[in-house]
This record gives sequence, structure tokens and C-alpha cells, in this order.
Amino acid sequence: MLRLVVDLNRCQGYAQCAFLAPDVFAMHGDEGLLYDPQAEAAQRERVAQAAAACPVQAILVEDAEASDA
Amino acid sequence: MKQGILSQILDYANRANPYPLYEELRRTPVFHDGEGPYVVSTYHEIHGLLHDPRLSSDTRNRGAAAGDPLAGQEEGEGQLPPSFLKLDPPEHDRLRRMTNRPFGPPHSPRRIDGMREELRSIVKGLIDGLADGRGGSVGGDGIDLVEQFSYPFPVTMICRLLGVPREDEARFHVWADTLAASLDPDPDADAEQREKVTSSARMELGMYLAGLIEERRKNPGDDMLSQLAAGHGQGETMSTMELLSTAALLLIAGHETTVNLITNGMLTLLRHPDVLERLRREPRLAVPLVEELLRYEPPVQLLPQRTPLSDIEVCGVTIPKGAPMWLVLAAGNRDPQRFENPDRFDPDRKDVQHLGLGSGIHSCFGAPLARLEAQLALSELARRLHNPRLLDDPPPYRQNAVLRGPRHLMIACDDVRP
Amino acid sequence: MPESELESLKSRGRIVVVGASLAGLRAAETLREKGFKGTLTMIGDEPYEPYDRPPLSKQVLLGMARAEDTALPRRRDIEAEWRLGVPASGLDMAGRRVKLADGDEVPYDRLLIATGVRARPWPNEAEGELDGVFVLRTRADGAGLARRLEAGPRRVLVIGAGFTGSEIASACRERGLEVTVAERADAPLVGALGGVVGAVAAEMHREHGVDLRTGVMVTRLEGDAGGRVRAAHLSDGAVVECDVVVVCLGAQRNTEWLAGSGLGAGPRGIACDAGCRAFGITGIVTDDIYVAGDVARSPHPLFGYQFLSLEHWGNAVSQAETAAHNMLSDSAGRRPHIWVPAFWSSQFGVNIKSVGVPTMGTEIMITQGSPAERRFAGVYGYQGRIIGAVTFDNARWLDFYQRQIEATAPFPPEFSNVDRRPEGGRPVPADFPDPSVPTHGPTVTLSGYSPADRRMTFTPARN
Repeated sequence: MLRLVVDLNRCQGYAQCAFLAPDVFAMHGDEGLLYDPQAEAAQRERVAQAAAACPVQAILVEDAEASDA
Repeated sequence: MKQGILSQILDYANRANPYPLYEELRRTPVFHDGEGPYVVSTYHEIHGLLHDPRLSSDTRNRGAAAGDPLAGQEEGEGQLPPSFLKLDPPEHDRLRRMTNRPFGPPHSPRRIDGMREELRSIVKGLIDGLADGRGGSVGGDGIDLVEQFSYPFPVTMICRLLGVPREDEARFHVWADTLAASLDPDPDADAEQREKVTSSARMELGMYLAGLIEERRKNPGDDMLSQLAAGHGQGETMSTMELLSTAALLLIAGHETTVNLITNGMLTLLRHPDVLERLRREPRLAVPLVEELLRYEPPVQLLPQRTPLSDIEVCGVTIPKGAPMWLVLAAGNRDPQRFENPDRFDPDRKDVQHLGLGSGIHSCFGAPLARLEAQLALSELARRLHNPRLLDDPPPYRQNAVLRGPRHLMIACDDVRP
Repeated sequence: MPESELESLKSRGRIVVVGASLAGLRAAETLREKGFKGTLTMIGDEPYEPYDRPPLSKQVLLGMARAEDTALPRRRDIEAEWRLGVPASGLDMAGRRVKLADGDEVPYDRLLIATGVRARPWPNEAEGELDGVFVLRTRADGAGLARRLEAGPRRVLVIGAGFTGSEIASACRERGLEVTVAERADAPLVGALGGVVGAVAAEMHREHGVDLRTGVMVTRLEGDAGGRVRAAHLSDGAVVECDVVVVCLGAQRNTEWLAGSGLGAGPRGIACDAGCRAFGITGIVTDDIYVAGDVARSPHPLFGYQFLSLEHWGNAVSQAETAAHNMLSDSAGRRPHIWVPAFWSSQFGVNIKSVGVPTMGTEIMITQGSPAERRFAGVYGYQGRIIGAVTFDNARWLDFYQRQIEATAPFPPEFSNVDRRPEGGRPVPADFPDPSVPTHGPTVTLSGYSPADRRMTFTPARN
């Protein structure tokens, strides 16, 4: 299970996350972002791509399983 | 400041490594030598200006006596209206929003994600081709990675994205190559002849696209061009001219930059064999690696077309209204005020908020596609090429100082793994 | 060399954090990050580990996420002792102990108070307890309201059209639910952004099918025989039949537990200095008690050293980091909390963002875009300088306006810019309902490259 939070003060709606992990991040209108704060482990690689691609580095992800291991 | 640093940056002799020149440039964050452009090279100043509404991207706002050596060197768009790259809001926003509608979220959130398998299969085919020895054998004279991989990959992707029929892809490649060459003029070649070839290619491509748009209006598919052509009513429909201009932008901007990103990436990896070996073992490293690559060797080195709409002050220098400006992204990306050890290529870098894809409203439209293409290309090349080596370092570069990258990248390897 | 007090605090000290939400968690992480190896106790009145609240009025009500799934990701392991589900009930400043509601006492060497705020309840307690009447602040509130919206109520009444109320109304409309919004002021969001922007917000409500009633108060909630809410009576005599009511009347600061402790705490929050150290009622700053987040009020140099209370997500994070840093620093190493206020709201498909302190503004000027297109940027002016800014779907320009605010740039702006429209371009009254205009003081400019590298430069007061 992945926990995530986006610092929406930093977010400027570049939508990279919504392109790369569309099951977790979704644009709401042209600029607003909605996301699932708890994503399935199956989304791990896509969420990693989304977080890395964020131009304002606003996405914090905690991989609950990885940290338990 | 030494005289003529801008000429040195433009000088082909310095193409392989402009970074020492950028370092010199950064000592004067806003450089201006009495004529020519105001050149901004430090990270925070560039970042600020990319979010500064006093700057226009519309070159029609430039003063007459601009004196910019890069003026008029950008892609020739012929008789087409300016693309959104060269427009300000609200026209920019309107066109970009319409272009985005069939491309990405909120309306088409799965277009790019849905191309992952296609990307994979194109990459696989191209790397298989390297093994077949098509146009250069593995053990023979080496492989030109540009010709055989970096070039065909993004063009094929753009064809698929736009919805160019498979049987026309080969023609499309020829036009794309010709237009790309026009961005990169060989100073020794016959300029008149070149211009003739270019404008004929531009014309043929334009006619082809216009025909395709016409066809898609009648028989729409779920491709991007069909949806762009269909429009969305209420002032949210592009004219045919706007559509042609946008398609040309997607083709040129989406193509040239990705070629350079992939080629620069492989060159950088071959110069850092430890990282290449890590990538071979951990393909996931490609994700942060591509971000670091966008910082370390950005495919667009500088943005040459901004101009202030009123006098603005940057670092104590007044840049007058209408003056040409260059924002040297590649210099900002190596600014030690922003990045620790900026000249070190470090895919584990935690703080990598680079300028490689720009920032603000004009930030790279195709960024998510470019990222996926580069991540996949580099991880697959690393995985499949056995013992790859650089045959020519530095490789021969293209003329273009803005869209900077190797013209050829000759490599050899022992084998191509399945 | 003997160990300094600070070194012994770092290696074996006891730090207690009261308030286990965003600010408390980020402070705890920062303490560990900065090398605190002693014992860390996290006290929280809710039985859950720290979770994120903004999704509760957005994703959760839209059915995109469950309220239970909002636990905040951790930046690092904090190795804390958790006392969850037990509120703090008192503070013994002299004895350095926090009293808990279950009778326990927790001793500390340094204390951080981050108890935040709670939703202001409906003033009539009996009416507030009717089935179907909600507030929205906690995870449990969010889960309950989401369940009720899922069941498809006939009409939802939202009382109060601030950000939370507007977001709830937006989510209801997106789910196809009928919704009435009752707002005492003339338009939504006027308290935060003024009447000019409020008018735009009102149009957004109506365009999306919200039954917006402004200039009215809800005087009474009426229940049926089964104790379920069935209608609301408005001050204009109208009756709105509804089966869900969401009370969005702002927040109250959680400071009651500090009554009589000697700390400068009250309904407006806990006063602290710019370094997050709490004031005692004596007006003397404490050196072992720190405050962060919504419950804090601290002086801000950019805004005339007024004590600002900010119910902002970003403020909670930033102030928590500063407080944690200062808790482990000697006086020379402490740094001020000079975060420029910023917030966002997502409603009716529009991304609203703001920086600075718009409420101090007396005038507003639309500098980019067009309110009619719901895509614009506006700046607020106060005594000839830019004091705040707002954008609707124009967030990529906001950095620029923040720098203008930090540099105390003149208002009205003297520059030309892209997307300037004929209808904008001149300042008009910002139209805040209750302009509390403070007297002018010295102005301060923030400068430097990064937030970590900001230096304050005093400049003389204007006139």
C-alpha cells in the first residue's frame, strides 16, 4: 500500500502525475488536482514515475510495505 | 566579461562542451554586451522569468533593432500562423488547451498511459534491428545510434499519436528528416538548394496533413488529429491553419528534443559506465535518471524568443521593453547556487528541480511522452546491448546550438541480448 | 568538555508534541531529522494516526477516496510513543508536565503545542444533534458525510459559503445532488477574498446549479418526529426542505485545555514569537514551549508585525519545521517563521490559489485574464503596495506575485504584462465586509534566493 500527499501550494497543474499514473491522480478542470491518498501496491511504478516527474516536486510517497519490510 | 562569449557559444567548435562557457556566462547573471540579446544564465533568475507575466513569447513584441544572432533561426513555419509556442495568453492558453484535449488530462487522461505497450514494441523492434545488422553490423563498423534508434523512435511515436496511417509513416519520416536538417544547416552546403528542399518538404508535409485532416473530418478515428479536427464547439475549434501550425509544432518540437534527449542520455551513460551497469541491473533507475539527464544535458539549451513588455529589472540590470532575451536553461541547470556539484551526473540526486523542460505556461507540452520514451529507450538499450562502447568521443554534433545534440553516435557492442 | 544543555536535550531529552495532525507529525519528523535522539511522545485526541484533512471536502465527498485512507505519508520514521485518543487536559508550566484526560501526566523538557482547531458547531445544541446535521473537520465527519451523500439525499443545505462550504456544494453538484447554500454575506468567499472575487464565486455556484441564498442567516433547523433534520428556516422567512445540513461556520481554536496554565492562550489562539516560542500571559516568552499550525498566532514582518493566525496547510508544515528547528537550537541558531501565507481551493472545476494577505487589501486589480472566463489573476493593494494575490486557474503566475509581495512592490502595478484585458487594468475597491485596516508601520522586504536563505531588510515606512 502506498500513502501519498501532494503539497497543493506547490502544485501548478502541470499534470505530469495525471498523465503517468491516471488511476491515482486526476485533473479536476484544467488546473486542479485530485488524487487517491492511498494507492494500491500495483500502482507503485506509475506513482514513482509521477512523483519523479513532478516539476515542482510536490508529491510525497510513503511505500508502507517497503518500510515495513 | 570577455568579448564575444555569445559568439563562442554559437561557434560550432564549442558545441561538444559549452558548459565552461556557461560557467563564465553565469558570472554575469544578466549579460549584455551593448548590442544583441540580454542573456540570463542563473537558475533563480531564469525560473523567476519563466513565471513572469511581463515577458512575452510573441516575437512580434520585439523591437525592430533587436540584433539577435538567433533571430529567424527557429523552425520555419512558412505561411502558417504562429504556434502556441510563440503566443501569449489568452491565444496561447486557448490553443494549448484545445491541443491538450485529445492528448492528456482532464479530457484524455489515458492517451499517453495507453501507449506504453506501443512504445515498448517500437523500442523492441528498433533494438532487434540493431542486432540484424540492418544498416551497420554489430561487429563491423559500429552502430549509429542516432540514425538507427534515436531518430526513428520519436517520429514513429508521433505518427501513431497523430494517427498517420502505417503505410504513410515512411513518407512522414522523410519529411521529418528534411525539416530537422533545416534546423541544423550545414554551413558548407548550398543554402539556396537547401532552402528549396526544405520548403518543398514543408509544402508536401503541409499538403499531406491538410489531406489527412480533411479525411479525418469525414471519417474520424480515436487518434489525436481526428479529435483536434473535430474540435469542441464554442470557440474551442481550431481553424485548418491553426491545426496545421499545431501539427507542425508537435512534429518538430516533439521530435527534435526527444532525439537529443535519448542520444545525450546514451552518450552520458557510456561516459559513466558504473551508472550504465546499474541501469542494466535496475531498470527503475531510469525514472530518476532521466530527470537528472534533463538537468545535466537538456535537449533545449536555451529559450531565445522571450521579450519584456515593459522595462524590467533583473539582478540590477534594466532590460528594456522589446529587447531580445535568451534564457539559458542549460546554464541554469548547472548553477552551483542551486545544485550541489552541478557538473556531476548523479541519478540519485534528491533535489533535481531542473529547467530542462522549461517551467510556467510554456513548459514542454510533450513532457510526459518524452519522459516515457527516454526512460524506456535508455533502460532497454542498457539491458540489451552487451558491453556497449563509444567509438567516437566526443561525437560529431549538429550545428544547432539551441537544440543541441550529437548528429551521430557511433557505438559498438559485443552482442544484442534478446 | 562538559555536555551542554542543548546536547543533553538532543541525546536524552524528553519532547512532547500535543496534537497529532499535520503540524505535529512534520515537527516530529524534523526533530528526528535534526538529530533528536531522546524520547518523543505524540498526544492526539483523535484515535487515528496523523491524516490529511483537505481531501475530506474534495476526493472523499466525490467518492474518489475513503476518509479512512487519508493517513499522511511519513517523511521518515519518528520512533515516537503514541498517546492517541486521549486529549490533553491541562498544562503545568512550572512542573513541565502535560496532563491527559485519562489522568496520566507526561513530563517534558520541550513541549510543542499543535492542537489546531475544530469546526465551530451549530449554536443550538439540540438542533445540531439532529440526525443529518454535520460539520466537516475530522476523518469521522468526512466518513459520515460521504456515507450520507452516497445514500442520495433529496437536498443538502450548506450553511456558510467559505472555502469548505463552497467545496462541499461543488462536490454535491458534481454528484448530481440538489444543494442550497445559505451565506450571511453578499457572496461566497468574501471573507477571504473580498466582494469582487466573491461575485465571481457566486456566479460559479449558480452556473453549476447551486441554489445560492446570500444575505440570509439560518435561524432554525427543524427535525421530524424521528429526530432527523427535515427543514431549515431562513431569516428572510424562507423554508428550505433538506435532509442533510452541513454547518460550515469556521473554526474554533483548541486552547481550552490551557485555561489557567499561565500560557497566553485564548479563543484567538496561542500567541508566540516569530521563532514559535509561546508567550506566557505575562507577555514574557517561554523558552521551553513552542507552538505551530492553526492554533498559533505569530507576528509577521511582511505584514506590519501583526499577529497572523493562519488556518493553512502550508503554514502548518512550515511552522512545524521552524518550531522543531528552534527547539533544538541555541538562541543564535534560531530562525524566524516568515512563511508567506498561501492557500488553495478546488471548486466547480476551478483551481483557486492565493498568496499574501488579501484581507489586508483595500483595493484589487485584475492584472491578467478575465473573471468572466474564470481564468484570471488579481492583486490586492494596501497603502500603495501589493499585499496579496489571487488566481483562478492561473497558478503558474503566482510565484511572480509572491515575489512582488515579498519585495513590497507598488500598487497599482506599474508594468505591462501578457493577458491584460481592457476590463481589468484599474484598481477597484476590494470590498471586504469588515476591513480592519491597521495603521502603517515599518515595511520589511524579504530577499534572497531560497526560503532558507531569506534575509530581512528593513526599509523606512512609506510616508
